[in-house]
Amino acid sequence: MPSVMTKPVARPRGPLDGRALPRGEDFRLAVSPAAGRILLRGDAAVAARASAAFGAPLPTRSGAVGARSDRAALWLGPDEWLLIAEGEAPAEIIAPLSAALADRAHSLVDVSQRQIGLDVVGPNAARALTAGCPLDLSLAAFPVGTATRTLLAKSEIVLWRRAPEHFRVEVWRSFADYVASYLSEAARRAPRAGGFA
Amino acid sequence: MLLIDCPYCGAARPEIEFRHGGEAHVARPRDPSALDDAAWAEFLYFRANPKGLAAERWRHVAGCGRFFNAIRDTVSDRFVCTYPAGEPRPDVESASVGASA
Repeated sequence: MPSVMTKPVARPRGPLDGRALPRGEDFRLAVSPAAGRILLRGDAAVAARASAAFGAPLPTRSGAVGARSDRAALWLGPDEWLLIAEGEAPAEIIAPLSAALADRAHSLVDVSQRQIGLDVVGPNAARALTAGCPLDLSLAAFPVGTATRTLLAKSEIVLWRRAPEHFRVEVWRSFADYVASYLSEAARRAPRAGGFA
Repeated sequence: MLLIDCPYCGAARPEIEFRHGGEAHVARPRDPSALDDAAWAEFLYFRANPKGLAAERWRHVAGCGRFFNAIRDTVSDRFVCTYPAGEPRPDVESASVGASA
């Protein structure tokens, strides 16, 4: 034991740490890199000002995503956005936002540790998600750059299509094991690649 | 699966993303202390339960999270229309049962 207490370095333990995830050709599942996640609520004027402070535009259209480099603003509701900044501490996102919004009613909530990101990649990604998600995930109905809160089986998720065969699933950490297991099993039972026109 | 039009998402979304929220347009009395017990019980507990078109509150709980109102036919479970919370009930009484939504 050192005689002087050193400040411990906080390194949150992920809910899927040490777990083997599918790494196949048709279907890959991976935990997304650590990110700062903020829920912002406010009116249209708040969104306009927050866009400048955040560095990515906050969309006003339902299901849209405003993304710039490694920052993204996902439309969740008419007055609600999920802001994701990969590899950044939440305080770095909150500080400029609360300064820019100081005189307007708004709410900024750090949800970085509440949920984790899962990258669902491969020709079978949409097929596996469809096993539990009631939305039409064809490219015509759910194009690249669409995000929405929805359900995956019994778990609430935020689903974001980043590329035709790349989905990002944001899931609350206590549901992460369930969602990862569900998707792995769905992909295992749907070996046929592709599937959606 | 039944699809419900969410007025905030502007899209038809699957029924399981929604929760029913009871009868719509039930206004809380402005001064509850001025009411007698019967009138207060009427506000708290008694709902219309019509057979046919009913105005109901619904919440897109696994979507945009917002409450909105819907006119639903309680016989056929068909949604005649949906509209944002706070708007008056649209005049759809003339829409007969069996007409397309």
